[in-house]
Amino acid sequence: MTGTRELIRLALRQDRVLLPAWILLITAAVTGTASAIAELYPGMTQRVALGVTIGQAPAIQALTGPVFDSASVGGLTAWRATTPATVLVALMSVFLITRHTRAEEESGRAELVGSCPVGRQALPAAALAVAMGVNLLIGLLLIVTMTALGLPGAGAIAYGLAITVTGWLFCGVAAITAQLTAHARTANGAALAVLGLAFLLRAGGDASGVEALSWASPLGWAQRVRAFAGERWWVLALAALTTALLICVAAALNARRDLGAGLLPPRRGPAQAPPYLNGPFGLAWRLQRGALLGWTLAFAVAGALFGALAQSVGEVIRGNAQLAQILERIGGAGALVDGFLATVIGLLGLVASGFAVQSVLRLHAEETSSRAEAVLAGAVPRSRWAAAHLIVAFGGPVVILATGGLAMGLVHGIRSGDPSTHLLSLAGAAWVQLPAVWVLAGLAMLLYGTQPRLVSAAWAALVVFALLGQLGEVLRLPEWVQLLSPYAHLPQVPGGPIEAAPLIWLGGLALALVGLGVAGFRRRDLA
Amino acid sequence: MPGNPAVLISGLVKSFGPARALDGLDLHVATGEVHGFLGPNGAGKTTTLRILLGLLRADSGHAELLGGNPWRDAVELHRRLAYVPGDVVLWPTLSGGEAIDLLARLRGGLDPRYRQVLIERFALDPGKKCRTYSKGNRQKVALIAALASRAELLLLDEPTAGLDPLMEAVFRGCVEEQRDEGRTVLLSSHILSEVEALCDRVSIIRAGQVVEHGTLGELRHLTRSTVTAELDRVPDHLPGVHALSVRESRITFEVEPDRLGEVLAQLTRAGVRDLICRPPTLEELFLRHYQEER
Repeated sequence: MTGTRELIRLALRQDRVLLPAWILLITAAVTGTASAIAELYPGMTQRVALGVTIGQAPAIQALTGPVFDSASVGGLTAWRATTPATVLVALMSVFLITRHTRAEEESGRAELVGSCPVGRQALPAAALAVAMGVNLLIGLLLIVTMTALGLPGAGAIAYGLAITVTGWLFCGVAAITAQLTAHARTANGAALAVLGLAFLLRAGGDASGVEALSWASPLGWAQRVRAFAGERWWVLALAALTTALLICVAAALNARRDLGAGLLPPRRGPAQAPPYLNGPFGLAWRLQRGALLGWTLAFAVAGALFGALAQSVGEVIRGNAQLAQILERIGGAGALVDGFLATVIGLLGLVASGFAVQSVLRLHAEETSSRAEAVLAGAVPRSRWAAAHLIVAFGGPVVILATGGLAMGLVHGIRSGDPSTHLLSLAGAAWVQLPAVWVLAGLAMLLYGTQPRLVSAAWAALVVFALLGQLGEVLRLPEWVQLLSPYAHLPQVPGGPIEAAPLIWLGGLALALVGLGVAGFRRRDLA
Repeated sequence: MPGNPAVLISGLVKSFGPARALDGLDLHVATGEVHGFLGPNGAGKTTTLRILLGLLRADSGHAELLGGNPWRDAVELHRRLAYVPGDVVLWPTLSGGEAIDLLARLRGGLDPRYRQVLIERFALDPGKKCRTYSKGNRQKVALIAALASRAELLLLDEPTAGLDPLMEAVFRGCVEEQRDEGRTVLLSSHILSEVEALCDRVSIIRAGQVVEHGTLGELRHLTRSTVTAELDRVPDHLPGVHALSVRESRITFEVEPDRLGEVLAQLTRAGVRDLICRPPTLEELFLRHYQEER
């Protein structure tokens, strides 16, 4: 562990902009929600009414989780702000840990550090110290701000610590995935797959009322701490113990392996290139096919799970005579199932945009690593090289959304006894998300082509659009602010009418952004 | 197109923010020659090559490559040239053999037999993943891809960095073969012995400008030779010599080339028993430029 303190200082110096940005974003999202709820639902009757509405809408619970106490402002805040906050701290933790462990090894910097009097465990230890420290700081800030807003102290402490330990748990997950593979990209991918699975289990469990599913997910634990609703402190200990266990596994793996090596020994490759590897298109396919396959599988699993749950969403309500009555007025169980499916598909669209942005930014990674130089020194026009990666970025979401939609339609169709209709209608509904996904890809390309230093803004935009969709209505943000998000313009399908106009102009906007990006890229110096 | 220069640059300027990387650079590389592009780190060698590749756009000045405009005609020109960067970065998941084929196919294919010959000569294992290669092995991958493509013009940016002396010798043999086959090579380097051994003509770059250019013979002409002589008696006065040192009957001095005949005549009169006259090495030339102007 020698040298850990110096490495911590180095990490803090490297992330002196990134860390405050994460801390600010997460605390602001939660505090904003709490103060908005206090302002918009000042009376207890209003709050209880809101709670009843949520109770009838499994689609909402899939996104946010259950309401444990709708009578208090704290209870509603915990209901609304837990999922966004836990997902954000989990993302932050995964990126931070990978960035300071595996990415350092892959770049060779860890070798230089390792040649100094620095212990074998110092690199992961420093990364964990920084990431867990930041999670603790976020938790403490949440406790302070929530108490300052006048919420009960015990609830604030439970809520803040629930966010902290969820972040910690994902620090542990990422510490392990960073040990498994030799590449930072794969390490991030594996940790994010765990996060995605955790989200799916919780969303499925909360929407269908199958408690065991929610308990299988660390994101579900954060809610089941029941902040402001009869706190269950032992759940915090459960998460903390799991974290400790994960860290022990990571440390054991780290002590056993060579620097720079993954769990699997490097395989040999062919001595000659296959015929398809003959230009930028073959290369882009080769570089991105693994990611595309992973995303497609993940979407197939997610689609199948949500498809399996859709029917239960209707059944939960049907069992309750009083709710069923209310339900008939809003369009029957069918409308409820459609609403659930539309919400889930909207979520899939947001997540698929992650693939699109990542895929466009592959251009940036290739350029900054000088590998683009090797390609462009060949007889390859810049526009063709960019087009190769853009085809994956634009075509990939077509494939993964179709897969998600088909899987959802197939399973839901089998359960509801009408596979043929649902299969195609849900695949089509998933495709309706494409224009907004493409706008994000276009935005990434515009940034890369014209302002390559600001490419991370594409990720920031995705997070902001996601938060607008999640919190915009609760915070009662002005409509024009909510409409800044391309996802806000998409028709709600299934259930709603498909309007062509927004799809066409979003698609046109995406094309224009890409066009401007490519034009800028052809004009500028290469890094 | 014999006679036409392969590279013709005049008054090239490129700034990165306030830093002026190229400050009116002139460079002339004739077709069929091996041209040494010599300068220390940060002098502007790589920037020049990247402008020639159309990766950067010059602020002002004129640059011509194989008769075309390097920015506008980049793709057409790249079919006729091969480039080896100073720091080769490859795709970690591709094997070395795949990277060679890919790089060569990007510029229009390679000679498969020569590829095999080069792989054997450079003792490269093409089945290993690029991630597992050392710096020298990555350099070999780029060199093999460039040489096997049999391009008209080779742009090599410090190509031997990371190669061991054995492999450096292999590299020199390959460059000589390329020259014998009539190809043009622009070899950027700060390793003087390499340039001295390989290059027909040399341009020395300093702070974004070419400060000296010509054949090695011409460049040597610009500076002093070192003479050591064993004499019967040491003359009182030797006009035109510098850094004279006398130890008993043995004298050592430097002399300008145009005074050499006159000085030798004086030495003969003093009775020469032994004489060594050494032309300046490139290193001396180089150091003189950099020390004087520092």
